[in-house]
Amino acid sequence: MIEVQNLTKIYRLGSVDVPALRGVSFRIERGEVVAIMGQSGSGKSTLMNILGCLDLPTDGQYLLDGKNISGMDEDELAGIRNQKIGFVFQQFNLLPRMTVRRNAELPLTYDGARPEKEIHQRAEDILNAVGLGDRLNHRPTELSGGQQQRVAIARALVNQPDLILADEPTGNLDSHTGADIIKLLLGLNKQSGLTLVIVTHDSSIAAQTQRVIRLRDGIIEDRG
Amino acid sequence: MKLYRLFIEALESLNANKLRSMLTVLGIVIGVAAVIAMLSIGRGAEASITSRIESMGTNLIYVTPGSTSESGVQSSAGSAGTLTLDDSEALASLPDVVDVAALTNNMVQVVYQGQNTRTRLVGVTPSYETVGSLTLEDGEFISEDDQNARSLVVVLGNSVAEDLFGSTAGVVGQRVRLNGQPYKVIGVLASKGGTGFMNQDDQVFIPLSTALYRLVGNSQFRGSSVIGQITVKASSTDAIDQVVNEVMLTMRELHGTVEGADDFTVTSQQATLDAATEVADTMTIFLGGIAGISLAVGGIGIMNIMLTTVTERTHEIGLRKAVGAKRQDILLQFLVESVVLSLAGGLIGVALGWSTARLMGQVQFSGSTITPVVGLDSVLLATLFSMAVGLFFGIYPATRAARLQPVEALRYE
Repeated sequence: MIEVQNLTKIYRLGSVDVPALRGVSFRIERGEVVAIMGQSGSGKSTLMNILGCLDLPTDGQYLLDGKNISGMDEDELAGIRNQKIGFVFQQFNLLPRMTVRRNAELPLTYDGARPEKEIHQRAEDILNAVGLGDRLNHRPTELSGGQQQRVAIARALVNQPDLILADEPTGNLDSHTGADIIKLLLGLNKQSGLTLVIVTHDSSIAAQTQRVIRLRDGIIEDRG
Repeated sequence: MKLYRLFIEALESLNANKLRSMLTVLGIVIGVAAVIAMLSIGRGAEASITSRIESMGTNLIYVTPGSTSESGVQSSAGSAGTLTLDDSEALASLPDVVDVAALTNNMVQVVYQGQNTRTRLVGVTPSYETVGSLTLEDGEFISEDDQNARSLVVVLGNSVAEDLFGSTAGVVGQRVRLNGQPYKVIGVLASKGGTGFMNQDDQVFIPLSTALYRLVGNSQFRGSSVIGQITVKASSTDAIDQVVNEVMLTMRELHGTVEGADDFTVTSQQATLDAATEVADTMTIFLGGIAGISLAVGGIGIMNIMLTTVTERTHEIGLRKAVGAKRQDILLQFLVESVVLSLAGGLIGVALGWSTARLMGQVQFSGSTITPVVGLDSVLLATLFSMAVGLFFGIYPATRAARLQPVEALRYE
């Protein structure tokens, strides 16, 4: 599913080059559940952005589903993000003006000219599946943190991606709600074989994954 | 993203900042309203000038004494008594000329019992009724018999009759005094409207012969009576240029003058009309242009607010890009928003401009009202122009939004 080789990212701050990733190589197979851990500044956010096709590496190769990402332009990357990747953020990143349903529909509206009916139906189905079938017309601010993260997960799932990237998905939730969210994500992996990559600080979450990639100062420390 | 969704989202986001949106729209409203009001008043003025000139009759050519110098300044107009009845009769025989009327022009004091008024006295040949497109409200116009007999008869303009008698009914048959001489009223003209300089109702008509021999005096030139003006009616609008030429040639032959040294002037009604229309057009463009500037200022307001909006919603743009929005999607989203703003302003502005024009139509300008003409074309123009303003001033902010990098935009708080 994911194959990175010698991935390097250097940020240029004025005249100083700051390396964030210094040659990272690994593979993640389809259907795997992997945790990425590391302290802040270890380069895990940078890695996450590159894996999510939000950013391009300075050097090295990234193959997603066999396709080389490095040479793509901005709009092609947007297409890949729309079709293949679902994001779950620490801050949920829901649009406050829109209802729960409209938030979940968002990726579908950027996917060609789908019939409105299909967009409605799919968003509704997925919101039902994450247990928010009775909150379709609420605004995100009217929901609890756990519910908001479920909306975000519904949004990530609505376009049937192959890969879910969760960046500290429990960071803003209490431990009980956080555990529910992790259970939901792991359940999705079991049900439909989604590849799941979770960035986390929490070793108890990492313990529930099949493999842990630890980053330190832009390189992989060891493989679990 | 489909246009319909873009539209809904634009309305939602404008609704989220009601006061700000309203103030921005106000800039466009004022601009468009000004354009509509100015154009309609300009058009109204033009229409009223045109109708007044046309009310004097159609397809007319005027021959007046005195020459027009090279620079276009008419020197000693009317003072040179060079136009005679013989000229008038000669012009009547030209081809494409339907009718010719000769007339004199003087001011006269008209008295009926205690009432009196000072007005324009026109001595005319009977043909003036058709040439000048006169319509009688009561009685009849001057006849050939009156002309031959130098009768003491008068036809009153509508407002003269009103001034003297308080009404136009029962005036025919009454006697009035013109400069002290008793005249019998044989007709009252129907009102043509118009005021001031071009008032067609404030004049009285008597037979030309009566005027020459009994009232204003008869001077001779080349053995014929001097008159004030010859009005020639051409057979059709197309024949006007031709007739103007023939009149010129005939007059030059009669007077023995050459081009550049003429002692008469030939003007067509069409030329007067064209000149007046041109002046009105220039005014309209000028007023519309000034109003257009305020529309542009409104557009700058839109650009300002859209730039603020893009900055405020950087995080949202990042999220949209993360879930697959392409540059074009973001560009369109913000463009639709600015066009919705300017179009709303345009529509409200059209309504406001239209009512303003109607209101101004009620107000009198130098004694007369202008009926504003709100054309469909100016409404369309203002609406399209306001949309164009939204597009033009929306492009830069929308491009900025579309160019944002997803990672940086998502990081923005």
